Amino acid sequence: MNYLDFEKPLAEIEGKAEELRALARANPQMTVEKEAEALDRKAETLLKDLYKSLSPWQKCLVARHPDRPHCRDYIEALFRDWMPLAGDRNFAEDAAVMGGLARFNDAPVVVIGHEKGHDTRTRIERNFGMARPEGYRKAMRLMELAHRFRLPVITLVDTPGAYPGKGAEERGQAEAIARCTQKCLEIGVPLVAVIIGEGGSGGAVAFATANRVAMLEHAIYSVISPEGCASILWKDAEKMKEAAEALRLTAQDLQKLGVIDRIVKEPVGGAQRGRRETIEAVGRAIEVMLKELVGRKPETLVRDRRQKFLDMGSKGLAA
Amino acid sequence: MNWITNYVRPTINSLFSRREMPENLWSKCPECGTMLFHRELAANLNVCTACDHHMAITPRERFKALFDGGVFTEVRVPEPAADPLGFRDQKKYPERMKAAQKATGEREAMLVAEGEIGRTPIVAAAQDFAFMGGSMGMYVGNALIAAAGRATERRRPLVLFAAAGGARMQEGILSLMQMPRTTVAVQMLREAGLPYLVVLTHPTTGGVTASYAMLGDVQIAEPGALICFAGPRVIEQTIREKLPEGFQRAEYLLDHGMLDRVTHRRRLREELIALVRMLLALPPAVAADLPPPEADAAGPAAPAADPAPQGETKA
Repeated sequence: MNYLDFEKPLAEIEGKAEELRALARANPQMTVEKEAEALDRKAETLLKDLYKSLSPWQKCLVARHPDRPHCRDYIEALFRDWMPLAGDRNFAEDAAVMGGLARFNDAPVVVIGHEKGHDTRTRIERNFGMARPEGYRKAMRLMELAHRFRLPVITLVDTPGAYPGKGAEERGQAEAIARCTQKCLEIGVPLVAVIIGEGGSGGAVAFATANRVAMLEHAIYSVISPEGCASILWKDAEKMKEAAEALRLTAQDLQKLGVIDRIVKEPVGGAQRGRRETIEAVGRAIEVMLKELVGRKPETLVRDRRQKFLDMGSKGLAA
Repeated sequence: MNWITNYVRPTINSLFSRREMPENLWSKCPECGTMLFHRELAANLNVCTACDHHMAITPRERFKALFDGGVFTEVRVPEPAADPLGFRDQKKYPERMKAAQKATGEREAMLVAEGEIGRTPIVAAAQDFAFMGGSMGMYVGNALIAAAGRATERRRPLVLFAAAGGARMQEGILSLMQMPRTTVAVQMLREAGLPYLVVLTHPTTGGVTASYAMLGDVQIAEPGALICFAGPRVIEQTIREKLPEGFQRAEYLLDHGMLDRVTHRRRLREELIALVRMLLALPPAVAADLPPPEADAAGPAAPAADPAPQGETKA
């Protein structure tokens, strides 16, 4: 288990329990189970307390936790007949974006999502989930495919942001994001998005301009990273806690603002402590959201999606 | 006492102190260092007369130079909720807003107007970089939607002058939501079959570039304008290497196929007229059927680029 900074007290207790048990394994005549169980209970209560009231900055850390289920895990667990489709037909394949055809509850769909990778090798291969223009152009191509064959689109959003690189800029990162967002607004099929980890700025919007947007309980969705915001507005990157607070990037605040439609509960201790449960909960949310949309006319889907975004922001947070 | 102290002295004082004095009669070109007289600079649309460096121009000045005879009507923009997040960094957001309003004399970072260019009715929107970096918040979103709405309602093309540091952080996620919102506005024009021309000015970056500013039917940029998604500093920090000369400047983007044209500010008006009229299948504008906009009463005459025969110009 990778412990986050704020989980240190928890790591201590769990470590102690583990030590006791190791000791008992070495000396079979020792009876430690009672003490160890007491520690377990203590750890459990502490975990519950910690996660009951995570600060926005702590949520950022949880949302970026390396052990959280990523796009690939969701696709493998929730979809059948996964058929990845590659390339933007212009320049390259971008491994930061997974996309392809699959079956969700037997119905064929198009799935698109950011994939961050799970170890050093795959993280580099996936560019830490930061897509280049090719990733967005591939996504557009797949959305177009979905539109022509009347297949719903499911997007899984998990990116620190679009890749800020020389080549990405030269090949039109901004244009790719703009067109991808435009494509989201054009397709006459149900489009549902789930923000499973980090919803980083424009790179996230390009996938999340959807009829329904769900968000995991401890995921974040923001115009800028708290670190970036702190360094610009506070002139001090260390002020990220304050920035995270001010930006209102938690699922709970975003629901109040009407930016997302539903929150998917995470197990106690976050998605990283209950991957299976989290994935299943996301699956149920997708199912519910799709059910609301399947069968609607293409024009209705497009009109409603546009109206949803036009209306957005009419209510603020009374703070 | 007597009329000299009571009347003459104040009059003389007022002659010296109350005279309309622009704060800086001279400004220095940041590019070549030439000292430029304010009238001369204004007459040249804030372009350096020595090196052609394009300096910032306010939306109002731009509209005065763009519309026939400098005449335009403002289009009302629906007021959004003020400070929707209760945002506070080192200053409160409403305080920053007030400071920006005071400094620019404008309500917000985008101005929308309608009028005629070369006797072709259009709607135009211009972003004001001086107003909190031209940043896109709900007002800017509303402004673009209002502009597109007016354009479709009256069946006019929309010309956008973009200038922005990106989304307005103080409006958090709601500023990010302006990306899809403004994209819907562009789609309204597209579906109505109306031209949407974008002029990218220095600088246009971030979420603005990644939404309505890159979705024009024709993409023009002013020379030297920085146009990007991620700024050069961010990229240098990420890839830890020096970027090539002219990286992310208008000319660089033109070379990389990201723009249709790079056009000098003085020729912009003519080009926009020609483009709009061709896209609307209108006959060519009659050359010089109207005088060029009066830049300044005492400024020099029509710019040299104006092909109008002098005799036909009604001054």
